[in-house]
Amino acid sequence: MAHWAFLIPLVPAATYFVILLFGKRFGERCSYIGIGALGASWVMAAINAYQWIDRREIVRESVEWAQWGSGSIRVGTHVDGLATMMLVVVTSVSLLVHIYSLEYLRGDRRYTHYYAALSLFSASMLMLVIADNTLALLTSWELVGLCSFMLISHWWEDKDNSNAGLKAFITNRVGDVGLIVGIIILYFVAGKTFDIDTINSAALSGTIRHGTLLIAACCLLAAVCSKSGQVPLHIWLPDAMAGPTPVSALIHAATMVVAGVYMVARLYGVFFAGFSIGDGGMNLLALVGGVTMVIGASMAFVQNDIKRVLAYSTISQLGYMVAALGVGAWTGGVFHLFTHAFFKACLFLGAGSLSHACHHTFDMREMGGLRKKMPTTFLTFTIGTLALAGVPPLAGFWSKDEILNGARANDFPIIMVLGFVAAIMTAAYMGRALYLIFFGEYRGHAHPHESPKVMMVPVTILAGLAVVVGLLNAPFADYRFGQWVKFEVEVENLYGAEGAVAEGEAAAAAEGEHAAEGAAAAAEGEHAAEGEAGAEGEAAAEAEGEHAAEGEHVIVHSIAEIKELAPGETVLFEPEEHKFNIGVAGSSVAIGLVGLLIATWIYLLRKAPKNLLLVNPFRALHTLLVQKYYLDKLAVDGIAKGTAGPVADGSYWVNQKIIDGAVNGVGVTTKKYLAPFAYEQLDQFVVDGLYNGLGETTKGLGGAFRKLQNGRIQRYGLWLFFAVAILALVVALLA
Amino acid sequence: MNWFDDWGITLTVFIPIVGAIIVLLIPKGEEETIKGVALLTSLVTLGFAIGLMAEFDYDDTAKLQFDVNTSWIDVINSRYHVAIDGISLPLVLLSALIIVLCIVYSWNHFPEPHNPKALLALMLVLETGMIGTFVAQDLILFFIFFEVVLLPMYFMIGVWGGKNREYASIKFFLFTLFGSALMLLSFLAVYFSSKDPLTGQHTFDIVTLSTAGVLDVSKTAAVVMFGGMFLGFGIKVPMFPFHTWLPDAHTEAPTVGSVILAAVLLKLGTYGFIRVALPILPEGAQEWAPYIGLLAVIGIIYGALNCLAQKDVKRLIAFSSVAHMGFVMLGIATLTSAGINAAVFGMVAHGLITGLLFFIAGSMQERYHTREMSRLGGLLISAPKMGWILGFTAMASLGLPGLAGFWGEFPAILAAYEPLSVLSEETFRTYMVIAAVGTVLAAAYLLVMYQRVAMGEVPEEFKDEHIHDVHGPEWIAWAPMLILILALGVFPKLLFGITDDAVKHVTDGIATALNATSK
Repeated sequence: MAHWAFLIPLVPAATYFVILLFGKRFGERCSYIGIGALGASWVMAAINAYQWIDRREIVRESVEWAQWGSGSIRVGTHVDGLATMMLVVVTSVSLLVHIYSLEYLRGDRRYTHYYAALSLFSASMLMLVIADNTLALLTSWELVGLCSFMLISHWWEDKDNSNAGLKAFITNRVGDVGLIVGIIILYFVAGKTFDIDTINSAALSGTIRHGTLLIAACCLLAAVCSKSGQVPLHIWLPDAMAGPTPVSALIHAATMVVAGVYMVARLYGVFFAGFSIGDGGMNLLALVGGVTMVIGASMAFVQNDIKRVLAYSTISQLGYMVAALGVGAWTGGVFHLFTHAFFKACLFLGAGSLSHACHHTFDMREMGGLRKKMPTTFLTFTIGTLALAGVPPLAGFWSKDEILNGARANDFPIIMVLGFVAAIMTAAYMGRALYLIFFGEYRGHAHPHESPKVMMVPVTILAGLAVVVGLLNAPFADYRFGQWVKFEVEVENLYGAEGAVAEGEAAAAAEGEHAAEGAAAAAEGEHAAEGEAGAEGEAAAEAEGEHAAEGEHVIVHSIAEIKELAPGETVLFEPEEHKFNIGVAGSSVAIGLVGLLIATWIYLLRKAPKNLLLVNPFRALHTLLVQKYYLDKLAVDGIAKGTAGPVADGSYWVNQKIIDGAVNGVGVTTKKYLAPFAYEQLDQFVVDGLYNGLGETTKGLGGAFRKLQNGRIQRYGLWLFFAVAILALVVALLA
Repeated sequence: MNWFDDWGITLTVFIPIVGAIIVLLIPKGEEETIKGVALLTSLVTLGFAIGLMAEFDYDDTAKLQFDVNTSWIDVINSRYHVAIDGISLPLVLLSALIIVLCIVYSWNHFPEPHNPKALLALMLVLETGMIGTFVAQDLILFFIFFEVVLLPMYFMIGVWGGKNREYASIKFFLFTLFGSALMLLSFLAVYFSSKDPLTGQHTFDIVTLSTAGVLDVSKTAAVVMFGGMFLGFGIKVPMFPFHTWLPDAHTEAPTVGSVILAAVLLKLGTYGFIRVALPILPEGAQEWAPYIGLLAVIGIIYGALNCLAQKDVKRLIAFSSVAHMGFVMLGIATLTSAGINAAVFGMVAHGLITGLLFFIAGSMQERYHTREMSRLGGLLISAPKMGWILGFTAMASLGLPGLAGFWGEFPAILAAYEPLSVLSEETFRTYMVIAAVGTVLAAAYLLVMYQRVAMGEVPEEFKDEHIHDVHGPEWIAWAPMLILILALGVFPKLLFGITDDAVKHVTDGIATALNATSK
């Protein structure tokens, strides 16, 4: 299956065009086309996963895509553990969301468009996870952004919705600048290639100057911030809840928003070396993640809209994943991505079920006491909440524990503390939501009832998964997940290698300037470029299988270890995995329970002082959170409106008044002062004859043309050509 | 097919003008005949262009093919030398295609004051000028074709234009003429400084002039001569700050005029840089490149900011051309094969995308009788198909990967990271970042436009009006563009495969002349 992996995104891509072009003919039945396509993709992804567990050889296929100058740009598929896992997650959640939408979107005015967009999204997202090079990654990255835009502004009659779509797209474009620049830098420093394996290998081998690598990593981080909702580019994500709820579950919780995390995991060589992750000490990646988990969680407290609570929660959880990768806990971050997809999708679809029952409202103030009226929703939502809060043995517990333990083991105490703070907040705000929705008296005006089966079955499946998937990487399950899904790349020690032997990609570069540059660089104590052995052609050889690889290569976990090797020695780099730690696990469970208790005390038992929010500093804090730390105001009113308003108007003023003013000035002056002179002195005698001839010709066209400005143009033209002729003569004489 | 090798290009170039003459001979009343003849002419021309494409030798796209070189004006050693290589071919095809689409589009609704006879004749004359420019290999021939397009476009704007047509048409004419004059001056200067190694005489032959050693000028002279060409081509592109004729011309021109202007005419300038200015005067190019790059990135940001300030859809699209052509010029300024490949791709992509945008803007104006964005809205409700096409085209225009626009933009930005080795890396890397920021602004102005025009409810004043969705001629005119935008986006090799070797030939020549290592 892995050789045919391109089929997995291709099927939904084809469906997109079918639904788009013939959707009207199928009507509501077009949803079955979408479901069928996703079902097929899911089956293929499952077969692929099954084969992967046996095989564990990376399979690569590629074809030429574009070419310019020295480079042939290829595009292809790269199926390894990470891709296999993502394929399963994306197809599973997408399939369930497709089914759920049958009922949720029934009768929608743009039902066919909705399914078309879902298909396109699934195709793009699946393409993203199997992309073998950064350019294909960029392509699918933008395409998922487009689908996100289409689906957020699905009900575009309302300006708020289209505004939300625009905000999402444009904020993401800001991050994309970083992605584009980062990819370009990596293209050149890795020896003119977009190939991800080669780039990773080059980054870890020490062939790229650290400063350059750091810049590239920072650029890519900007893209991570926008796509994966990290502070300060998270502002679009809560607004994105304007889209239909199944979309929020699929795109803005389970899959698309983790694309940034996925990219870090995929290009981990670049981030690991660029941010010196293995060397201890704080780095930007961990810091961004750490700050985001707390800031995101804090804002979740003041939301009344259940979807917004979940949106901020997503931001916070994405922060965990980014922080995990930042502290070097690769498996922890990826595992959290995996578990989060299921329990967060479960929560979002649960929220959809609530709104389905309560007259399309998401406002928790109009809910309450729903646990009896909607028992299945209550049960699944509670499971999702507990999984998110990290209560054992549910999914979130295992993955969150691994992250916190990673932060501890790799000596990132600040991140660990932030993680614990966010954990207590998570439990508390989710408890708040749970109590507001399901306990107390019903405060709305609808007649809530349980949602139909077609919606509740997917939710129940997701809840079931939220229970079990965490066990995959539990100690008693032998940490299977970590064995299946790992980051590994062959690395050759080229640190300090003087005049290192060039081979692979570098051989091509050796023809050109690179050889010279390389030699000079080596003399300066930098390192000549070296390509990874596993370029396209040799991919098969490289993927001889884990056993062969392990047999041949030592496995290392840090750059320091690579540096200690003999120059030119090749090893396999794998980030360290952090096994279960009972101390961390115990603390996080305890902290989670404290959070739940606080929520119980305030929202269930209503024991908190009533006027708490009216006194400082609680009032100030509350305002700050309601105002979203004023970051939205800054971005939207300050930067966006400033650019579109005064800056744009200013530049248009310059255009009209100054540049065009100058042009018109020259025109008027010529006409007023120079032209009369020329006219009276020369024109009447010399040029007129010629001009009249031209004029006659024009009239000769059967009066087809309106009378044109008394032929001024022709006259100007003749004048200019005379001038040129004279100048040319001068030049000729001088030459 | 021997005769085709000799006559293929010549026929492609001159069939339109023959058609134009026939059109003029038909009495004005017989509109159907006139339209039929014009369409037939353009179709035959397209057929010949496709013939060129079919007979083209793709294994050696750097070679000038269908080469015809016979004596013409012996007094000044100017010869009738036409040929195409991988850079010319796509542009010839684009020109021939666009004219067909324009004729189909205007089939049933010619702009006021109607008169299809004159308008169609002008379009065919334009076609000769455009295709001729892309095949000419002699400077005088090139110049004549380059100028042939001027008058028809001037009349198109001046006669069929909007309210302010007089000002716009004169501005267009004078601006371009001014540039042309200086360009001609440079051509003459080049001529007088050249010496054909075979004949020992001066020469206008572009191929000969591009050979090292034919042109013997000091660096200063090269810089000055390049300056003349820069003005001639740069005004046509148009580059900031010579762009102010463009928004006026576009705003006032009839729809087909705008389409031709955007799709092909602007490319004459960028093509001139690649075909004439860079190969003949590499030393001048080296000195000018940083400034061209600077103006290009200013154009990218400045054009985009001006777009954000627009209230008129058509004017917005016009300013977006300034921004997009900035990417093309940035690619050219790097003097690398990646950059110039991107430029050629960008030229074709911009031709299709912006051409289509102008088509849509024209169709909207026809239906709503206004282009004010504040009055428009709800296109997706009134005419959903048109709304989708507009959305698709806007996405292509903002450089969405997977559609054609991306392949003009991204490689140009990429090339700026590593320009030709004689150029300053720091300077161009700064340009790279600025250009990348331009992509954010592009998304902003296009999406804001889309939101205002297509989304939301239908405004009160159009509630009761029947807004016709895309009709027959529009479908025929737009479908090829839509398909090409998608096809080139998904399979960029379709175009890069043709241009790459030819571009490499140009950049290798420049690199050798400048003693730089080619990349």
